[in-house]
Amino acid sequence: MNILVPLVFYAFAAILVAASVMVIVSRNPVRGALFLILAFFCSAVLWLLLEAEFLALALIFVYVGAVMTLFLFVVMMLNIDKLPDQEGFVKFLPIGVLVMAVLVGLMIMVIGPHHFSLNTFASHQMHSSDYSNVAEVGDTLYTQYVMPFELAGMMLLVAIISSISLAHRVRRPNTRTQDIPTQIATHSEDQLIFANVDEKSDPFANVKIKKTKKRGRK
Amino acid sequence: MQTLPVFSAASAEILTGIMICVTLLAQTFLGDKVKQIAYYLVQISLVAAFILLARELYDPAIITFSGMFDDDAFSRLLKLSICAVSFFVFLYSREYITEKNMPSGEYYILGLSSILGMLVLVSSYNFLTLFMGLELFSLPVYAMVALQRKSVINTEAAMKYFIVGAIGSGMLLYGISMFYGATQSLNFADVAKVVADSSAPQSMLLVFALVFVVSGVAFKLGAVPFHMWVPDVYDGAPTAVTLFISSAPKIAAMAMALRIFVDALPGLVLQWQPILIVLAIFSMALGNIVAIAQSNIKRMLAYSSIAHIGYALLGVIAATDEGYSTAIFYIISYAIMTSGAFGLLTVMSRNGVEIENIADLQGLSDRNPWLAFMMLLVIFSMAGIPPFVGFMAKVAVLEALISVHLVWLAALALLFAIIGVYYYIRVIKVMYFDSSKAKQQAVNLPLDKNIAISVNGLAVLVLGIFPGSLFGLCLSVVHTGF
Repeated sequence: MNILVPLVFYAFAAILVAASVMVIVSRNPVRGALFLILAFFCSAVLWLLLEAEFLALALIFVYVGAVMTLFLFVVMMLNIDKLPDQEGFVKFLPIGVLVMAVLVGLMIMVIGPHHFSLNTFASHQMHSSDYSNVAEVGDTLYTQYVMPFELAGMMLLVAIISSISLAHRVRRPNTRTQDIPTQIATHSEDQLIFANVDEKSDPFANVKIKKTKKRGRK
Repeated sequence: MQTLPVFSAASAEILTGIMICVTLLAQTFLGDKVKQIAYYLVQISLVAAFILLARELYDPAIITFSGMFDDDAFSRLLKLSICAVSFFVFLYSREYITEKNMPSGEYYILGLSSILGMLVLVSSYNFLTLFMGLELFSLPVYAMVALQRKSVINTEAAMKYFIVGAIGSGMLLYGISMFYGATQSLNFADVAKVVADSSAPQSMLLVFALVFVVSGVAFKLGAVPFHMWVPDVYDGAPTAVTLFISSAPKIAAMAMALRIFVDALPGLVLQWQPILIVLAIFSMALGNIVAIAQSNIKRMLAYSSIAHIGYALLGVIAATDEGYSTAIFYIISYAIMTSGAFGLLTVMSRNGVEIENIADLQGLSDRNPWLAFMMLLVIFSMAGIPPFVGFMAKVAVLEALISVHLVWLAALALLFAIIGVYYYIRVIKVMYFDSSKAKQQAVNLPLDKNIAISVNGLAVLVLGIFPGSLFGLCLSVVHTGF
């Protein structure tokens, strides 16, 4: 048991980091999205190790099940086969690597393991078997964190309003579109005309095509 | 044992939140029948929130919602000014929105949501609520910039604003996460306690976190070197949206800076003071000098806003109660001035005319003398010429600096202020002494706009001659509130 938990952690943490790198690096958007799913899956496993079962499942259901599926649909609909080569990638690579190396080096110096090592933090306490993650999450979410929770709801509303107002196109006046209620309310005699076919006269001379709009439902 | 939060402390926020939903429904179902329904509902809710806040201005401070929400005199004063300024902003922009065929319902509803975020941000007493408030106030603004979808310039400005804003939020969030790692808490009081008695190795980590938090705040304030979005967004956004961005969000961003530096990190004052000094000097220098080269009035006012943020930061740098109160005084008076200036540009952009360049104001004194006079008041005030409120604000900030022996900084600030006077006076010269070559018709405004502009312009004058009441208010909220 004791050796199994670190083993699982390091294995999935390594896959998580590798998958995250691949999301950025991969040229093919579909492949990138699939790597993102893998990253979500690995972080769900890490959460399971912390006994956050509900959150782990929610991550898989919501992100992998719903969000990423939708995302994949959109990516496939857009039909982007491969992203074009980044221009100037090689040109900017040395300076980028240099800046990153300096930055990361300084950051490791300042916030190295002496601040966030296992000695500074109490190790994780295992809960008893009657511990319910769902109850704990619900309890804190609706008592202690009720205000940020409501604000998050407000933020989602704002996101809906803004995305609709940015994407919604007002229909122009002369556009031809389907009028579903009128189409349903049509009569058979509007759709099919019985006429005596006479060789001499024009069969459609007396037939007036009625406008279906004015006819009410009977 | 959990107790119920004191909901009455957040009455203005709850009212605003409910009114957002009501306005949204009303606009959807009654928008065709009742014209401008969203506008009226939003204005009513701003007035109601103002009254709610004004009634309890001097009530004792309440920290509630599990220590996440601080309803004190400081936050009430700033919320009052946010509501008042936004009321004027919506009043000015109504005709502009209608004429430019922008989706009016969305403009007002997104504006009100942004105001809700500002109210929460001003009252936050926890890094979590602070961040939520900040995001709720920035997100709608990004969409507001892009409301005219067909305009390429607007879309470009929105993209720039969104990306830079996201980087700023990311910086802030990274800093906050470091503070959480060092102090194991997000609550301002707990963070302040740990920071005050932290040992030497821990303090290195705290300074590291501080740098990121300061960068995030500077992004939102638009201080140099995190200013590059300001001119592009001010110029690229529709004037009505620029008016909104330039006024109330500045108050909210300054409140965020005060909350973080004074409420959460007073123990790091020796560390954040020099960083802010550098930010302030660069902002004042770059803002005032680059503004000289601008021929576009929106860009010029954008650089002027960068400079003004530098001056407002001087009050925070003083790190005394007087200093904080002068910072509040400065940012409130700046919001009044900038809403007046952009408000004038917005109301004049009518009948197909769009005020873009300083030259568009040529001969305004002949076309509408009263409007030109109001613009004169506002511009003089921005330049810091007595007896206007901008002068009083600058004097107060410099006095606070001198009282903590930062005389060299005060002298430098004065020097940049004198440089800045040049480009403000140029606008006045164009309005009064340049006769327009093209024949230009008189500018006539509806009555409500005339009254609002007059109130706004005269407020700059009256507050400058009698600054005592507002100044006393700022000082008392700092003494009681923080």
